[in-house]
Amino acid sequence: MTDPAIVHGVEWTIKELFVYPNEFIYWSIQIVMYPYMTGLVAGAFVLSSLYHVFGQKDLKEIAQFSLVFSLALLPVAALPLLLHLQQPLRAMEPLLTPHFTSAIAAFGIVFTAYGLIVVSEIWFVYRKYFVEQAQALKNQPGLLASLKYSVYLALTMGAFDVSEDAIKVDKKAAKVLAAVGIPVACFLHGYAGFIFGSVKANALWMSPLMPVIFIMSAVVSGIALCMLTYIVIMEWQAFRQRRSGGTTEATEIKGAEVDIITKSTRYLLGFLVAAISLELLDLIFRGYTAMKSWDILRSVMYGKDFMNIFVLQYTLGNLVPFILLILPGRTMKRTVLALLLVLFGVFMMRWNVVIGGQAFSLSFSGYMHYHIPIIPHSLETFKEGLFGALTVIVTPFVLFWIINNFVPSLRRDLGGN
Amino acid sequence: MTCSRRQFLKEAVGGTLASTLPLSAFVFLSPAEAKAAVDEAKVRWAFLVDTNKCTGCGLCVTACKTENEVPFDSPVTRTWVERYVVTKDGETHIDSPLGGRDGFIDDKIRGEEIDPENIAKAFFVPKLCNQCDNPACVQVCPVGATYQTHDGVVLIDREWCIGCGYCIMACPYGVRFFHPEHKVADKCNFCYHRITKGMPPACVECCSFDARRIANLEDPDDPVTKIILTERVAVLKDEYGTKPHVFYLGLDANVR
Repeated sequence: MTDPAIVHGVEWTIKELFVYPNEFIYWSIQIVMYPYMTGLVAGAFVLSSLYHVFGQKDLKEIAQFSLVFSLALLPVAALPLLLHLQQPLRAMEPLLTPHFTSAIAAFGIVFTAYGLIVVSEIWFVYRKYFVEQAQALKNQPGLLASLKYSVYLALTMGAFDVSEDAIKVDKKAAKVLAAVGIPVACFLHGYAGFIFGSVKANALWMSPLMPVIFIMSAVVSGIALCMLTYIVIMEWQAFRQRRSGGTTEATEIKGAEVDIITKSTRYLLGFLVAAISLELLDLIFRGYTAMKSWDILRSVMYGKDFMNIFVLQYTLGNLVPFILLILPGRTMKRTVLALLLVLFGVFMMRWNVVIGGQAFSLSFSGYMHYHIPIIPHSLETFKEGLFGALTVIVTPFVLFWIINNFVPSLRRDLGGN
Repeated sequence: MTCSRRQFLKEAVGGTLASTLPLSAFVFLSPAEAKAAVDEAKVRWAFLVDTNKCTGCGLCVTACKTENEVPFDSPVTRTWVERYVVTKDGETHIDSPLGGRDGFIDDKIRGEEIDPENIAKAFFVPKLCNQCDNPACVQVCPVGATYQTHDGVVLIDREWCIGCGYCIMACPYGVRFFHPEHKVADKCNFCYHRITKGMPPACVECCSFDARRIANLEDPDDPVTKIILTERVAVLKDEYGTKPHVFYLGLDANVR
């Protein structure tokens, strides 16, 4: 049990030089996870919209997968916040009594609106499939079949019309929702950037560029995760196909198709360049204007956090994958490595913003170091430690597995439009 | 009885308007406005710290922790005292062990011995919540659990705070923290439970040197208000635009 008298933050904060007595790393790993997961949601949705709105036909398969995956990621965007709250039982209050001068108060509204858009788009995309399943399962014996039947029956929501005209309307609706979803997805993440960018007390966070930087890196990470998961699942299916010696469908499932990956890579690189440019602009601007806070910021960025910012984030997380992806003769293995590095790079960017922003004291006369709790010895060190973060990372994949049982986002022979 | 759709809509709209229009004649007051309207005397609480008088005894911190039930041995505190030692080479050494609760009995600053011959100046600076006129903490609270009263003090509703820590991040002065027992945001409120009953805050009452005093800026006859109005006072970090209401006499440029 947590010692009731332990001050939040004491267990993972090391102070150096002069730091105000009440200063600790209050926003720890879960607040790193929050913009990271939100970014993945927004990015996955933007990738799916490239097909649904802009008609990038060659992205069809990955677009359907991304759409369903973004639904699986969605609840997980709120999970870190819940794990971080000191009063998790009051988590609904921002929805009940939103105080609209606060950026966080918009969360409930934007998050709900976005969730509704994603769910309804999926419904329109897969409605035909739901109807087909419900009809196929009707009157079939067995408890499982009747259970599945009721689930699909509920999913159709009573709309059984699968005539050509009705499907056309579905397509139109999905397109409109995808189009509306793009600004909402950007808003969902842009406002996460605003939460940080508007904190005037924090010299590192305060910047009007913050929301834009967050959106760009969100799209980068979202596309990267969708591509990565897609490649892994497709390769796994192809591998199983080969193992079982199945030849009948071998033509249909030939592993992650190179075209899709090439095309997605192009978008990924575009957003990556935009994200890095903005981040560098922010950095140069701070150095050039050299406000009062620059002395301490410089000592953090070029000194204490040099490894995290310039080696892990910019070099390993941005530059190396960039080179890996543009060099000719790209193989699937190299792509996977580059995607992993991109995801790592965006994670480090979130880390350097959230933890880096608390690495120096408000007095500008001291530093704070964050030591992430590894082995939990209390609920708090679990929630705000390594295992809490891992829980957040694993959940979307579990959710995706569950959802994908009913909405086959990976089967190209079935459903979808 | 028959009723066409058009007629139904017509009557529904008409009925709604007829029943709501008279309601708009009433004015809805926020609790703060209502309270301000009934109170006879206008009050705006402010604080005066005379750094020339502070000896760094730490009694104010002890009194505050006891009065406001902030666990005595925890590192967090609603008020604290900082020690500044500026050496002749222009370096500033600052510390505040346990918020200065036990006074500054050790000559060393964070383990560093400072040659007394080399000291240019040294002084103590008490800190507390600035009860800003434009409080960043109130602005960012997502649920309105922290709010400003009509007399200028920023309070926290312990029953409604969700413990997100946004207000702690938003305060440029670092006065906020999570209460170790209540698990909600906490900070100095000028001992609101005392000042609204005509008593001085605990830290003011126990300060033997008059280094801490409370003022009502709306009362021109208040002796402390007179000092704030007539003498050269300064505030901390006014560049953040928060309009702090803790005024300092003898504030040094080195104070952070």
